[in-house]
Amino acid sequence: MPIQYYIILSMVIFCIGIAGVLTRRNTIIIFMCIELMLNAVNLLLVAFSKMHYAASLNAPNHATVGSEGQLFVFFIMVVAAAEVSVGLAIIVMMFRNTHSVDANFLNRLKN
Amino acid sequence: MSATHILFWFLSALAVVSALMVLFSKNPVHSVLWLIAVFFAISGHYILMNAQFLAIVNIIVYAGAIMVLFLFVIMLMNLNKESEPRKNVWMKLAGAISAGSLLMILVSLVGQATEVSHKTLIMKDGNIGLIKSLGKILFTQYVVPFELTSILFLSAMVGAVVIGKKD
Repeated sequence: MPIQYYIILSMVIFCIGIAGVLTRRNTIIIFMCIELMLNAVNLLLVAFSKMHYAASLNAPNHATVGSEGQLFVFFIMVVAAAEVSVGLAIIVMMFRNTHSVDANFLNRLKN
Repeated sequence: MSATHILFWFLSALAVVSALMVLFSKNPVHSVLWLIAVFFAISGHYILMNAQFLAIVNIIVYAGAIMVLFLFVIMLMNLNKESEPRKNVWMKLAGAISAGSLLMILVSLVGQATEVSHKTLIMKDGNIGLIKSLGKILFTQYVVPFELTSILFLSAMVGAVVIGKKD
């Protein structure tokens, strides 16, 4: 499978995520689009790790080449889980104060 | 056209269509469900690339934990189609145009890049994605970042409790 297919696919998903962040005003949907972008990057990292593995099949220690990419994906998932817990807490606090999830209520920090 | 190609195109179409439906759904609960479909499609891609550990972790962490948290918050706030904030149509158009032009630039860049033009990736064989090899590297070479993530989790937990506490 050529690597370009995976690059194009993850770019399409990433740009859908960007379009979601730019066009929606619901804070939770914006947050979900950020998760979408993170997943597009994860997919690309795994594809590149397999590409790296395929390119170094004749190297002497090729058995572990490319596993750093997959470990990085694991760490991205861990950070995303932590980020979601804090971010949703912020959204709940904002909803408690303004009774809305509209992102335009957050355009100023005072009041 | 082998079975791998058919699965690749099917999973790609599923991922892109579900990602678009995340955007276009008016009801936030439907958005969450479509996002879970995206995660399952991406997990299918991981299995196709023989990254079994990440496929399982993706389903457990993303589709299992994070999306349930999203769903829980949405149901706690009782959001539905009526409470959805509306954005004016020019802002939507501007957002769609800027994301589309970014996509166009990136795609043309990939088309021109000579670094990746003849590279392929091995789909089936290669055991770098199995738990055995990943775990061996994680607990020898990358044990310090792994322990740092536990501190990150602890601070995130404390932060979530402090922020979410009713004052």
